[in-house]
Amino acid sequence: MGSSDVAILGVGMHPWGKWGRNFVEYGVKAARDALDDAGLAWTDVQFVAGGATIRNGYPGQVPAATFAQALGWSGAQVASSYGACATGAQAINTARTQILAGLCDVALVVGADTTPKGFFAPQGGERFDDPDWLRFRLLGATNPIYFGLYARRRMEAYGATELDFARARVKNGRHGLANPNARYKKAFTVEDVLASPMVSDPLRLLEICATSDGGAALVLSSMEFARRHTTDPARIAAVSTVTPEFPQTVIEMPNFSTDSAAGAQVPDTPFKDSIAKRAYEQAGLGPEDMNLAEVYDLSSALELDWYENIGLCKPGEAERLLNDGDTTIGGRIPVNPSGGLSCFGEAIPAQAIAQVCELTWQIRGQAEGRQVEGARAGVTANQGLFGHGSSVIVRR
Amino acid sequence: MSPQKSKKPAIEGWFDMDEKAPRLVGTRCAECSTVYFPAEKVFCRNPHCASSDLPEVRLSTRGRLWSFTNNCYPPPPPYVSPDPFEPYTVAAVELEAEKMVVLGQVAGAGVEDLEAGMEMELTLDTLFEDDENEYVMWKWRPAAA
Ligand SMILES: [Zn+2]
Repeated sequence: MGSSDVAILGVGMHPWGKWGRNFVEYGVKAARDALDDAGLAWTDVQFVAGGATIRNGYPGQVPAATFAQALGWSGAQVASSYGACATGAQAINTARTQILAGLCDVALVVGADTTPKGFFAPQGGERFDDPDWLRFRLLGATNPIYFGLYARRRMEAYGATELDFARARVKNGRHGLANPNARYKKAFTVEDVLASPMVSDPLRLLEICATSDGGAALVLSSMEFARRHTTDPARIAAVSTVTPEFPQTVIEMPNFSTDSAAGAQVPDTPFKDSIAKRAYEQAGLGPEDMNLAEVYDLSSALELDWYENIGLCKPGEAERLLNDGDTTIGGRIPVNPSGGLSCFGEAIPAQAIAQVCELTWQIRGQAEGRQVEGARAGVTANQGLFGHGSSVIVRR
Repeated sequence: MSPQKSKKPAIEGWFDMDEKAPRLVGTRCAECSTVYFPAEKVFCRNPHCASSDLPEVRLSTRGRLWSFTNNCYPPPPPYVSPDPFEPYTVAAVELEAEKMVVLGQVAGAGVEDLEAGMEMELTLDTLFEDDENEYVMWKWRPAAA
């Protein structure tokens, strides 16, 4: 057992959807479920880590205190963090390091969001010094524009086809059918996917993740505390929150350009490859030790990029992995058995936490209707704009 | 007939407003040669370089198409969409000398006209208009032979 493990005593989620209610409600529901799952009371929690949202006013920016107040002020210590789509990993890591430092035994991690309809838009006003505002203003570079650039690049570099991308979407759709927390539970065919309207060529409406409401929570503890309360809990063996190394030579949201490689050596490991790599190094494990993965399928094509980025196969081999059924439940290394973002849509601060909830249910053998048989270790991967990596390894 | 609208850059200082010879305006670190666009004016961002000497440079006007896509739906503000909405194409173009990729909308071509690796060149084109002004942006277009 690694000395930097923390136990996952409880997990909980509020189902994803477009409920239109206050995000606090989703977070509190998820937190109460996670506490029940852990068999602990809210007042046992010594530290609360909250994942922030930029969409829900001041309470969204101070979520740890917001959730602590809603659960009933208990004097717990709090910390709130934000890392775009990687927010949840930052909150998990904050709680984890508090536990590993011996500053607390039991910590609660919560993230939740309420999202508006349609494309994610930048914050309002005239903000000529904010690249996120400028990319919309000057380029019309929505998130799907960046996803489309990556997808087209896969086609040009590796001969991927629209059919491959559609198959990734169909696979995730099937995986999510029985997931009670998924928003979209509908089996699509490749014909359905390819008949959906084009959004950002070559990506179609069914291949681009929606924005959702949802909440997810974890109760984490020291291994010593866990031994007194349970046997053989799932454990977090690693959390990676790496930034890129300069020069970052792949175009990334919300930027207008890549870094220039004219004055500095390009790093050996590109940013997206470095995210899970750092987690594997922390855990002393490799991709060959993983039984499943939850990756950030913001688009169907991005899921294929992740297969390579997390080391499941070499660059250019992801389509074969998918088409051979390796990443389908029952295959060698199922990816997104939860159904992924395809079936959930994105509730930003909750998403990286939800990935860990899924790995935990899988490793406990509790993922009814989507169980990966014999799952003992899994990896999550995710990336937030402005240079936020996110990868968590969960194992028995 | 309405009077001619005056042309204004959609953002000040990022490119030369010269329709015959448009150039992107960046900076280059005097110490390590890293190029910055948009311009980095204060500190070099190379972690192994402590320089703050970042003179202005004009970027190459031609490069190779790295990837491309389009938008078939109107994006949210602050993008100013014409009514009715017109889909637009976005290109990622790799500049050889600067060793970097720069995005831009594509003028006068759609995704069906593009292929990765083709040569693209910089141009200026209208991004949007209001009652008084026509706001101009840099765009990419397939290079003339
Ligand atoms: Zn420098």
